[in-house]
Amino acid sequence: MADAKKKVTVATCSLAGCFGCHMSLLDIDERLIALLELVEFDRSPINDIKEISPSVDVGLIEGGVCNAENVHVLRQFRASCRVLVAVGECAATGGVPAMRNHYTLKECLQEAYVRGIGVAGAEIPSDPELPLLLDKVQPLHHVVKVDYTLPGCPPSADVFWMFLTDLIAGRDPVLPPSLIRYD
Amino acid sequence: MPDSKKTFQLDDREVPFREGQTIFDAAMAAGIFIPHLCHNPDFEPHSSCRLCTVIVNGRPFASCTQPAVAGQMVQSNTPELRDMRRMLTQMLFVEGNHNCPGCIKSGHCRLQATAYELGIPDNHYQQFFPLREVDASHPGIILDRDRCILCGLCVRISRSVDKKNVFAMTGRGIDTTIVVDSPSGLLVDSTVSVDDQAVLNCPVGALMLKRMAFDVPFGDRTYDQALYSEDSVARFQATEANRHG
Repeated sequence: MADAKKKVTVATCSLAGCFGCHMSLLDIDERLIALLELVEFDRSPINDIKEISPSVDVGLIEGGVCNAENVHVLRQFRASCRVLVAVGECAATGGVPAMRNHYTLKECLQEAYVRGIGVAGAEIPSDPELPLLLDKVQPLHHVVKVDYTLPGCPPSADVFWMFLTDLIAGRDPVLPPSLIRYD
Repeated sequence: MPDSKKTFQLDDREVPFREGQTIFDAAMAAGIFIPHLCHNPDFEPHSSCRLCTVIVNGRPFASCTQPAVAGQMVQSNTPELRDMRRMLTQMLFVEGNHNCPGCIKSGHCRLQATAYELGIPDNHYQQFFPLREVDASHPGIILDRDRCILCGLCVRISRSVDKKNVFAMTGRGIDTTIVVDSPSGLLVDSTVSVDDQAVLNCPVGALMLKRMAFDVPFGDRTYDQALYSEDSVARFQATEANRHG
């Protein structure tokens, strides 16, 4: 049934991530055309829609949770998405941003904005528009229930393709060992 | 020769064994992989990680230390044991700081390769994010406790093979950590050297030689090329062939 109304809706976003996972999704190359026959993107940097719809089938979240805005967006995604997917190592484990968990937040800010090499007019940013940083960077499943995880830094294009086509076809997506990579 | 007639049953196969051989060794010699982390078949077994646990006549035993006995019924590749191995591996991941994307051991790491093969997509449990010390004092060796799984291989090998006793474990339970035998507690003041087997046989990225990190590019590394099970069984059988002809 290629009925346009029955397309699966997919929302994506990057929290404390580097957009590498999104690049890897685009890396499915010409299969994007086939994917777009099956899915319709909701909020995503791909179409620049800023707010997620109240009811979305699949939410793909890249990156861990490092500030108050990340928590807000993650909770919105959880409330809206039938299936929530942690995409990549940062979403699954905190990843590279979580390496700051070894230090206090104060130490991190001072290193970046006060003691850093070449810093002029040293001042820790405090504009009220800036989201407050969390004490520690957390993986998604510390904050909300996560239904699936796509491992990898980033997950390969084949991981995205297999996961999404399985899910859309109604199969429970289980990655074979050959597609499970953490680096 | 009469020894070769002795067998036990492992899952659905009859596995021959020599008198005194462990279930693990007999299985590996027969080409049947049993997941393991604290054990390296080149050294004495220790049975601490429990990943190699099998059910022998209805009771769990660590196969790396459990002697094979004729006629016993052993289960290894069951859904329950696979689940248990997954849980143990996930717990090892969350209680350390195992950051594969930022780790130079990635691709050579047995913890990672084990998790790949057990089909683990995530850590499931809450991350501990523990604060652990990195010792980069030695000019040729780094000790990164963030990646240590406390398998005790370095302790055992340094004691019985290198004859140096450089490493030991201290603390209890979740506070257990690796310590170095030197006045300052640092590697640089110890008797460790870059050709110590204890250093070269760390299954994870806790003990590594410096300036060797990118000798083999990512993608061409040990477990990029072969599954841990295949590589491990092949190496075991090659060593056995050398020892016993």
